[in-house]
Order: sequence, then structure tokens, then C-alpha cells
Amino acid sequence: MTYLNKPVLHHPKLKANALGLTHRDYEGKVSTLCAGCGHDSISAAIIQACWNLSLEPHRIAKLSGIGCSSKTPDYFLGPAHGFNSVHGRMPSVLTGANLANRELIYLGVSGDGDSASIGLGQFAHSLRRGVNMLYIVENNGVYGLTKGQFSATADRGSASKRGVSNSDSPIDMVSLALQLGATFIARSFSGDKTQLVPLIEAAILHKGAAFIDCISPCIAFNNHPGSTKSFDYVRAHNEAVNTLDVMIGRETITADYAPGTTREIVQHDGSTLRLHKLADDYDPTDRTAAADYLQRRHAKGEVVTGLLYLDPAPRDLHAGLDTVETPLNRLGDAELIPGAKAIERINAALR
Amino acid sequence: MQATDIANPDYFHKVVDCQWACPAHTPVPEYIRLIAAGRYTDAYMINWRSNVFPGVLGRTCDRPCEPACRRGRVEKAPVAICRLKRVAADKKDDVRAYLPKPAKQHNGKRVALIGAGPASLTVARDLLPLGYQVTIYEQDPKAGGMIRSQIPRFRLPESVIDEEVGYILGLEPELRLGRRVDSLKAVLAEGYDAVFVGCGAPRGRDLEISGRKEAAANIHIGIDWLSSVSFGHVGKIGKRVIVLGGGNTAMDCCRTSRRLGGSDVKVVVRSGFEEMKASPWEKEDAMHEDIPILNYMVPKAFLHKNGRLTGMSFEKVRAEYDTKGRRNLVPTGEPDVTIECDDVLVAVGQENAFPWIERDIGIEFDKWNMPKVDAATMQSTLPKVLFGGDAAFGPKNIIWAVAHGHEAAVSIDRMCAGLNPSQRPAPAVTVMSQKMGIHEWSYDNDVSNDARYKVPLRPKAEALGDIKLEVELGFDARLGFAEAARCLNCDVQTVFSASACIECDACVDICPMDCITFAANGEEKDLRARLTAPALNPTQDIYLQTGLKTGRVMAKDEDVCLHCGLCAERCPTGAWDMQKYLLHTTQAGHACRSSR
Repeated sequence: MTYLNKPVLHHPKLKANALGLTHRDYEGKVSTLCAGCGHDSISAAIIQACWNLSLEPHRIAKLSGIGCSSKTPDYFLGPAHGFNSVHGRMPSVLTGANLANRELIYLGVSGDGDSASIGLGQFAHSLRRGVNMLYIVENNGVYGLTKGQFSATADRGSASKRGVSNSDSPIDMVSLALQLGATFIARSFSGDKTQLVPLIEAAILHKGAAFIDCISPCIAFNNHPGSTKSFDYVRAHNEAVNTLDVMIGRETITADYAPGTTREIVQHDGSTLRLHKLADDYDPTDRTAAADYLQRRHAKGEVVTGLLYLDPAPRDLHAGLDTVETPLNRLGDAELIPGAKAIERINAALR
Repeated sequence: MQATDIANPDYFHKVVDCQWACPAHTPVPEYIRLIAAGRYTDAYMINWRSNVFPGVLGRTCDRPCEPACRRGRVEKAPVAICRLKRVAADKKDDVRAYLPKPAKQHNGKRVALIGAGPASLTVARDLLPLGYQVTIYEQDPKAGGMIRSQIPRFRLPESVIDEEVGYILGLEPELRLGRRVDSLKAVLAEGYDAVFVGCGAPRGRDLEISGRKEAAANIHIGIDWLSSVSFGHVGKIGKRVIVLGGGNTAMDCCRTSRRLGGSDVKVVVRSGFEEMKASPWEKEDAMHEDIPILNYMVPKAFLHKNGRLTGMSFEKVRAEYDTKGRRNLVPTGEPDVTIECDDVLVAVGQENAFPWIERDIGIEFDKWNMPKVDAATMQSTLPKVLFGGDAAFGPKNIIWAVAHGHEAAVSIDRMCAGLNPSQRPAPAVTVMSQKMGIHEWSYDNDVSNDARYKVPLRPKAEALGDIKLEVELGFDARLGFAEAARCLNCDVQTVFSASACIECDACVDICPMDCITFAANGEEKDLRARLTAPALNPTQDIYLQTGLKTGRVMAKDEDVCLHCGLCAERCPTGAWDMQKYLLHTTQAGHACRSSR
């Protein structure tokens, strides 16, 4: 961390997006996390993605639980709505907020402790219900705030900073998400913003439950030779199955790739995801094949990253519940009070 | 791109834009920090070592440092470096204990200095403590040169000149005042080991147009007139005055006129207002004293009646640019403008004149009748005769004269030691980490958001009433501190060590100016375009380091770095460090003789 606020002075040639905002306008308070924390890079990637998409910061709601990762919403999108919930309960609060106002963009920020331990049940249900959100887990494999005990995502056999080996099986959040029915699933690495930023953009545009498992090395407790979530380990074992371009509207397509290696997927909102295939045998629209591929690679100690699964026509919780389009805070008496006749009709139906 | 060689002293020197731009390479951020710390005497001595006349320059310097100041590239205005220098001079304690003492014994070498202006006095200051026997020739009754004769007292009080010239005279040179040198041959005949010509550019250009002779009584050459005012020979001028010319001398002439009875003073320039040679702040000061500046008017004739000046006529012109971008002044066809006046001051430029240098003594002159001078050694084609200040390359300013003086002194010292003066000594450089604790640095890295402070002025009516009353009051301690806090400490360098870097991106994310990029290497032009924020200022270097684990390079655009040190604070491995780079040019003395 630093005791200073980031100076307000900025590069004189800073570009503005469609809203006339610079990326500095999407920042939050200065981070209090340890210097070099992967979570700060993820915050920077979120800032970059929201700026790229020209999102209005005040139309975004960021929700989190407890932990290092859950502190980060304070460090990006200062003008956005924020809710720091009870440990592991972010998914429920987010679901409730989304039901009350579907017009905001929902950003659930959590960690491996918050989502894979205390909040595992909450995590599961928000994905299976198809809440329209980006659920991002900043996954470092340790409890950083309590001095680096293994978390539920730590690989069996990986060592703690003191050299103790982990004997428990890890929870693979991507595999869980595949099984639970999330419609956008990706894994990325805080040290690779070229991959991470387009994934965040695509996930925000996705109208369904989007989940990103982002490996984020804990500099203080889990960036040592025995770790499988260190910068060196992830860089050495990172197997990206694809990279991504996000295209919105009629933006000219200029990128030039060898034929046969790219695949375009049009999302429900009209945005196009252009995937550059890196692994020949990987099909991101096949849920069971994806699960199979991930398990095989994980067994070899590899970390598969990229857009792992996408259902271009997702189902949203609102569709299932047939809720009203208008946010609840904008419904007036006319909509909320059915009147005596309607009550009579209902009563009559129950007699 | 090749990795940057930070062992080359020029690399980090260039990052300290102000110091690099200063002809005398004054360590600007170093003394500004001392001012902020209230250590005015120390700040003064840093200046005194480099530029010899901090009190004078803090009021009159042409400030090449300020347009170069990085602060001017990240917000509206640069740090008021010049006026901070004055704060150090105004608020210092008695510095005499820190000054060199007259040499206890002579080294047997004799040096003559022609002219007692800033260039010669610098040579004297550098050589006298080493034991040289120095003789100064000066036409005026007092030492100081143009500092004393041409800069009006309301900009520079005589006490400041006396003090700083006095520090040098205290080193006991031999003074031959009040006598003009009219033969260099005769001076050389006295057997000096070296002769330094620092006589300035003493001749003001005249304007030979119709009526010049007839109205001569009320037409004055600007620099001569200013000199007469300075020495008390002239005490008044007519009510209506026209000043011709757009340089700093013209600004001094018009403002002096306002104080000697001129109530209706106008400046008339041939070119456009923007192209005037005068510094922007000098133009501002003139206009503040109700002096209009009329542009695009070419003098046509001095008008006179019964042998007395009555006014001037001007032709109106406009600027046209040809295909090569050269400017031509073309008549607009409008009728000529006549301006009535009682006196005219001609300040249309200065020239060098060397009628006193014999052409057969081995000093070659070029086609403009200027001596051929080596820009590094300041030597003429007669090696023991050196030139400096305006005498060397035409009119410049005090700080250039000082820089020339230092270089000439080095040449003389090396020459007298039997060494080749063309071999120049390397600067003395120290680079040291400023880290004091986890988030603690030995400099204030919390960047001030304040806008540039204005120097308080004396009320106009009062200022115009007395020619000796200094107009600018200078920053007080509080304003001086606030202005000093605006300095970005560009000498505290971001030093990167690739072997310690784990490429976590923390520095990239925190950098408020988007200076830092980790990317694949490439040609400089290509790399500049691929940075987090494209590096569009080619005069500013890219700091490049190789040797990262991923094979990428770290590229930092030095252009707008705030030196806030947040990259180093956020760095988990200490790959970034903030290190103070202090450069002193090597002056005459044993250090300048160490390279052979």
C-alpha cells in the first residue's frame, strides 16, 4: 500500500471514451492492499474494461463479501454503487439487488475464501439461478488477511510459505460453474491484462450469469517456489485455449488472422466475440467437453485459461420469474396498488 | 531498442530538464528542496557554486530552465524557479564564512580579464582561489558590466550587485577601472599566461532613416541611455516617448522612461507581438505599467520641426510566409501612422565591436567580424586568448556568460597545467537511494496541486514614483514554501532493476501518468506508439530495461513522470527505487586536471 493518494495530475494526452471520460475517471480510492497484490491488477483491468465499454460508472453496482478481494471495490469505480456484505453472502445480496433493479450492471467481487469456503452455497445458487452479473473470484489460494493459511482452492501438494504441504483436495471453481449452469465461464491471470480485460468486457456484456476465476498471486503469502498460484508457476503452466476480441456494434473489423483459427460468436446483446483459437481441440460451446478438458489438464498441473464456456443465448433469472421490467424504485401507486376490483377478482378466484 | 545506459551521466541529467536547460547546469531541484526546508543559506550556496550571481539572476535571469520545466508539461505553468532563487538570496544568512578565501600564495600564473561583467567575474571567481594572479580591465568606474550598467535599479537594486560582485572582489583581483582597453596587443605584451575577453556586446544598433541627423538631440541609443541613467548622468526624459524595438532592452527602456517623466510611453515593434524577443514576463511587466505595445509598424521617418523632434511616422505591415516558412513583412497599403513624441529610444539590437583587437595577432574573425571561438574551450584561434559572454557569440544573457566563464576558467587552468583544454572534465555525479522506510522517502513525494504563485508587486503608483524602488517584492517564506512544493523533484530518478522484477504490473497500475509499460521490445519508433500512453515527445527519452523473465522489456516514458515514487512504493520487490541524481559540473581546480 501507499500512504499517499494518487496524484490528480494525469497524462496530458489521455484519451477520452464515448462519454468523454478518461480511464482516471473510473478509478477509486488508493489501494490499501500489499504492494504488488494481484488483486490490484484485477482492479486496474476492471477500470480498463469499463472505460473501454464507455459504461457510466454510476450505473454499475459493485458488491463484495469479506477478504482482501472483497476490499477491492473501494479501489475502482469510485462513483459506482457499492455494497460490502457479510462474509460469503455477496451472491444473495447481489441477487436481491438485481431483482429490485435490473437496469444496473452487477459486479460481484469475491475471493476464494469468500466464495469457495464460507460462501460456497451462495455462490452455487446465484449461478444456477442465472443472475445477470459478472461474478469474479480473485483466486490466490490462501487466506491473506489471516496470514496465509491454505484456502479451499489450494492445490493438493502445494506448499505454504513455511513449507507445509496441503493435504486437502482443491475446489475448482470453473468446474463447479460449468456444472451449475453458468452461461459465461472464463479463467484468467492477474498478470495478463491483455487476456483479462477483453474477458471482463465480454462478461459484462453477457446477459446472464458470467463467472471469471482469476488467478491472483498473493505476494505476501503465496508467491514462493512451492506454490501453484505464484507468478512464476502460473506463467510457466498457463495454457490459454483462446484469446478474445470484443466488438460492439458496427466497429470495423481490422484484425488479420490466419484463416481457420478464429471464430466469431454473436452474443444476445449484439456484441461479437471473436475468439482466436490457441488449442485446436477446444470448443468453448461444448459444456461437457470443456469439463473433460479442464480435468485432464488440471491433472497435468496445467492452468487452463481463456473463455472456457459460452452460451450465446443465456437465460436470465428475471425471465424465469417473469418479473416486471421497471426497477422497483420507479414503480408508482398506479402499478403497485391493483385496486378494489382486482382484489375482488383475486378473492373470487380463491373462493 | 537497446537497454538504457544509466551509467552515462547525460541520461539522468537530461531527465532533470531544468538543470539540463540551464547553461551553468545549476542543480535546481536540489536547491528548491533546501528552500522548502528553510535552509536558505545552503540553497544559496548551491546556486553560488553554479551560477555565481544568485541574487542578480533570481531577479533578471532569462530562465531557460522554466520553459523546460516538466511541471509545464503536466499542468499549466512551470515552477517559478527564477524567483525561488531570489528567495534563497533574500533569506539567507551571512554566507561569507562559506566563501573561498583569497589564495595564500600565488601559483605564478597571470591572467587578464577584459571587462568586469558576469563572464569575466566568473573566470575571476574560479581562478583566484587557485592562486592565479588576475587583472581585470573595465571601462566603467565600478565592476559589474551590463549587470550594473544596463539593468534598471527597479528590477535589480544596487545593493544586490554590490554584494555579489563584492564576494568576487573580496578574492583580491587587481582592478584597472575607468580605463578602456584600446589594444589587445598591448595587453598581451604584458606577458599574461591567458587573456579572457568578456567585454560584452557594447554597441547598440542605430536606425538610419530620414530625420535621424536633424532630430539627433532627442534620439537615444537604448543601451547607452540605460547606462547613463544607471550611472546618474541622465535623470529625466520627455513626457511622450517612443521606444523602438521588441527585446528586453526595449522593455527596460520603456519602464525606465515611465519613471523619469514619461507619462505617455509607447513601444513600437516591426514584427508581431508574439514574435518579440522580449521574455513574456518582461512584456507583461511593461504592459502592467500602462505601456502599450504597437506591432506590425515599420519606422519610416523621424519627424522634426526647427531642428527638434516632433514625432515619427510608421508604415503598417502584415506578416506573410513564403513556401519555406520564412516571414516577410508586406505593407498593408493603409496610410502611414504618425505618432507624436518628445523623445525616441532606439533599442533595435546590439552588436559586438572589436576595433581594439588588432587583426595581425593571430585571432581570426569570421565574415560577421566575430572572433572564431571554440564552443567547448572558449578559445580563439590564438589559444591563450579566450572569449566569453556576449563577446563570444553575440548577445545572449547573464547565465550564458556565467557558463562561458566557468568553461574558460577550466580551459585556462588546464592550459596552465600543460594539459589539452579540448579534453573536457567529466561532471561529478552521485546517485543515491532516497528510501528511508517502507513508504518513506527523504523527499516530499506527495505532489502539490497548487497553481503557480505570482510574485507580489509594489503598488504601481509607488513603484513608478522612484526609479530605485524595486517593483517585485519577492516571495515571502510562506509563498516560497508553497511554490517550492510545486517542484516535481525530477532529480529523484526512477531506477529499475530487471533482475528483481516479478512483472506483477503494480507499477503500471499505480502510475498516475501512464508512464510505464511492459511489452515486447521493438524499434524505438514502434515501441513509442505501443506504450500505455503513446510517447509523443521525441525530445524525451524512453528508459528501457531488458532481462525480464518473460522476455518482455520495461519501457518508461520519461516525458511526464511526476517522480512521485508510487511505482517504488507499490513495488513488492524493490525493483523500482527512487535515487537522487546530483550532478555538479567540474570547475577549474584539481578535479578538472585529473583527465589527461
